[in-house]
Amino acid sequence: MTFEAEYMNLSKIIGPLVFIEGVRGVGYGDLVELRTGNGEIRIGQTLEVDEDKAVVQVFEGTTGLSLESTKSTFLGKSLEIPVSVDMLGRVFDGLGRPTDGAPQVVSDIVLDVNGLPINPYSREYPRDFIQTGISAIDGMNTLIRGQKLPIFSGSGMPHNIIAAQIARQARILTSEEDFTVIFAAMGVKFDVAQFFIESFEENGVLSTSAMFLSLANAPSIERLITPRTALTLAEYLAFECNMHVLVILTDMTNYCESLRELSSSRGEIPSRKGYPGYLYSDLASIYERAGRIKGKQGSITQIPILSMPSDDISHPVPDLTGYITEGQIVLERELFNKGIYPPIAGLPSLSRLMKDGIGEGRTRKDHAGVAAQLFACYAKVKRIRSLAAIVGEEEISDIDKTYLKFGNYFEEKFLSQGNYENRSIEDTLAIGWDALAILPEGELYRISRDDIQKYLFY
Amino acid sequence: MKKHIEGKVISINGPIIKAVGLEGISMLDIAEVGPHGIIGEVIRLDGNIAIIQVYEDNTGLKPGDKVISSNRPLSVLLGPGLISNIYDGIQRPLVEIEKISGSFIKKGIKVDPLDNKRKWQFKPSVKAGDAVSEGSFLGEIQETFSIKCRIMVPPGINGTVKSIVPDGEYTTDDIIYSIEYEKGTYNGRLAEYWPVRKPRPYKQKLKSGMPLITGQRIIDIFFPIAIGGTAAIPGGFGTGKTMTQHALAKWCNADIIVYIGCGERGNEMTDVLNDFPRLTDPRTNRPLMERTIMIANTSNMPVPAREVSIYTGVTIAEFYRDMGYNVAIMADSTSRWAEALRELSSRLGDMPAEEGFPSYLASRLAEFYERAGYVKTLSGQYGGITTIGAVSPPGGDFSEPVTQHTTRFVRCFWALDKILADARHYPSISWIDSYTEYIDEVQEWWGERNIEWSTIRRDAMNILLEDERLQQIVKLIGTDALPQEERFVLFCAELIKDGFLQQNSFDNVDMYCCPDKQIRLLEIIVAFYRNGKELILKGSEMNDFIYLDFVSSIARLKSEINNDDIEKLDIIKKEILTRMQELKGIDKFEFV
Repeated sequence: MTFEAEYMNLSKIIGPLVFIEGVRGVGYGDLVELRTGNGEIRIGQTLEVDEDKAVVQVFEGTTGLSLESTKSTFLGKSLEIPVSVDMLGRVFDGLGRPTDGAPQVVSDIVLDVNGLPINPYSREYPRDFIQTGISAIDGMNTLIRGQKLPIFSGSGMPHNIIAAQIARQARILTSEEDFTVIFAAMGVKFDVAQFFIESFEENGVLSTSAMFLSLANAPSIERLITPRTALTLAEYLAFECNMHVLVILTDMTNYCESLRELSSSRGEIPSRKGYPGYLYSDLASIYERAGRIKGKQGSITQIPILSMPSDDISHPVPDLTGYITEGQIVLERELFNKGIYPPIAGLPSLSRLMKDGIGEGRTRKDHAGVAAQLFACYAKVKRIRSLAAIVGEEEISDIDKTYLKFGNYFEEKFLSQGNYENRSIEDTLAIGWDALAILPEGELYRISRDDIQKYLFY
Repeated sequence: MKKHIEGKVISINGPIIKAVGLEGISMLDIAEVGPHGIIGEVIRLDGNIAIIQVYEDNTGLKPGDKVISSNRPLSVLLGPGLISNIYDGIQRPLVEIEKISGSFIKKGIKVDPLDNKRKWQFKPSVKAGDAVSEGSFLGEIQETFSIKCRIMVPPGINGTVKSIVPDGEYTTDDIIYSIEYEKGTYNGRLAEYWPVRKPRPYKQKLKSGMPLITGQRIIDIFFPIAIGGTAAIPGGFGTGKTMTQHALAKWCNADIIVYIGCGERGNEMTDVLNDFPRLTDPRTNRPLMERTIMIANTSNMPVPAREVSIYTGVTIAEFYRDMGYNVAIMADSTSRWAEALRELSSRLGDMPAEEGFPSYLASRLAEFYERAGYVKTLSGQYGGITTIGAVSPPGGDFSEPVTQHTTRFVRCFWALDKILADARHYPSISWIDSYTEYIDEVQEWWGERNIEWSTIRRDAMNILLEDERLQQIVKLIGTDALPQEERFVLFCAELIKDGFLQQNSFDNVDMYCCPDKQIRLLEIIVAFYRNGKELILKGSEMNDFIYLDFVSSIARLKSEINNDDIEKLDIIKKEILTRMQELKGIDKFEFV
């Protein structure tokens, strides 16, 4: 059906794009093999086809390609990777080719890396509480199995340590099954990848995780495929092999920059900060590949990490991400500078799936009330602090002073913990109640009277 | 029936396809493209080239592939069986798609929008020989427990009934009636196609004079919307747009809800699908699903179908409006729809206006919101469409083009506030930035419930505005430096915020607040304020009474008093006034 022909008519090379003329029968999205003068083979994909012309993006970059000596073959299929359970414990490049020296993956099952959209009707609403052992997450921004919950970070902040701690400690209280971790690195430095490898090794999960590394020295365009290859394997493991998969994607900002690079090479009309107008849809095609499906055992939980340029949460990348993901864990520079680990910001962090994953029979009856009350009181602390900064702490009212005391206790005892400290949800809620006990009972209007009686003094 | 034209693809750029050989094709006709026959729509004609946008993934499509057109515009099928269904942007039922392709949506799936095997019990209301005019009812079907689907004469047809089937069971494919009219005979079925981009005709637009009761206190009392009105909910991410939309879809008193999930999260649709069959409509005691139609074109589904999903939803809403129902449309989110427009226009190489959006963004938004309204239908019924669109401004910045253009076409603006959302104060509708132009229209309705409505509302609003002003001062000098009356205003403002504005959508009592309870709750707070102010003026210390137990219980009334024992609120109000009278200690103090 597909006929393979070799073409030599490169007419133009712009950034990662090559323009090939005189081609026939090429499909939109088809995979292309480009052979350079010295026999090296590179992979590309068609972005635009005319009757006799094709625009191809080259994943491994166009460095060293020449118009004269490059030969191209259209393979008549889109980018696919073989998937198998044997891929666990292995390391791959961004396109899914092994880089650990071990042989190629052999499998009968070959999947398109772009996947297919999940039918919204077929989704199962995620409700299983994941205990990460981190109070700021479990207590106030609960992670749910099948959720996509990104970490918004800034340069220098400990997002990797937090992600590794989550991967290490994540447990479902009602089942014994462990998470299978899939790690995709896009444009990060070698030492970041090394950190995760070591962390998984120390934890004994390296043999059950798969890594897709497209590091900072790899061609930028390869990053556009990396999360997709990782998620293709994740979908296979979750929905065909009944595994619970935790996917860590770092750093999504690098991914978006590659997309911007590609878009500007194509001469597209940019929207904000030069990012293409379809950035939202493109990111959604990655993030929406998380969740649970009716009648299937497995799940995909995604933790994308992204760095906010100059800590700006309204930058297009965190902004559009926040519109797609089910909440966000935001790291705050101020807490970080105070030496608080994890520096998870109290207010802008959010988990949208929390409401249905907590409460009686899941965590504890008072969980929702405690979380809402802590949020409300901490918001008040922030207001009082800015007031106290102006009028001086002496001048504020007594109740406000009590709030400040609450705020300090909350930050030092509740938020703050060691990176190997694994708190149970009971511990987390107990510390939450200790903090609330500092305030007069009348201030606790978000908690039901029953719960106050039951938990406040016990 | 109609002739088919066949052409071929010459170029492909994302979902935009150029084809030749389609002579005679018209703008907005549907075309089936390539070997899978994926659905597209002609959006531009240029000489012999037709530009088609396709509504599905077209990977693998090649130049030279065939394009077939049947000369019919993109349409939705309107008939019994729409309710409780969940569709994608081009009206394919997702349940049927799942049966064919499993949990993932493969391309080129063709399914009928309505189940044409299902038999419906049809009861005719006219007989052969009757004169009928466009829009008039020919009979009805009990579609769900509380909704009757009326079979109407299609617009443009006026004549005499030549034949009509007797009472019995029929499918949507059966010919039910025939009408003799000036252009010949029209044979009608239970379900008929209507082009999505063409508004259905009506006789006259009117003012409804009725508020759409949402059960959400801040909306119903402070920023009400009239039936047939338009509202926008703008807010950055995490401010609770979807939560607010869900709350409205659950509790508003429309007969039918069309929920358009346009470029949003898959799990949010699942949430609705989980919740609605379980929850019951407070007015009919039937599952909410029995009045809901969902259009789900989530963010990872094809972008062009997202663009059309809005029109699919509005057309379905118009169909039920024409039967005399009140329909509410929730569109979440119009920004994603605008982004779909932007993406398509950029692939067409249009000259962009602001932030890359096409220059026709404003006119498209206007067209969409203009399809709302309370109308006298062709058959003389009264029906309405109330449209509520969520807007997702990048970075929460309301000065961006979609929010700005939207404000020109809606009359109600519920601005979501990041600071409120951060403090988990939901609904996080800002009482400072929001507005409504429907006060005059709904005043009479509320006045019949409580003659004091306007004054209570105005007083409460003044407390909140005064609070906002004082907070600026407090930021500089602290609360203690303010005089006692002003501190009392701050105290009462907090009481309104916690005890009235904030509403817990997970609390079984608080999630829906009936209008009579709403006004009583606010009345209690306002009465407390008026009397407290008097006490202070007469020399009492504010601290003498604000820490009393009955004061702190005011904030809990919203979740402790059920919608069906609101008389208790009258008793509580009396108690509070008596207690305050006692405080004063002396006789004849005139209480308000």
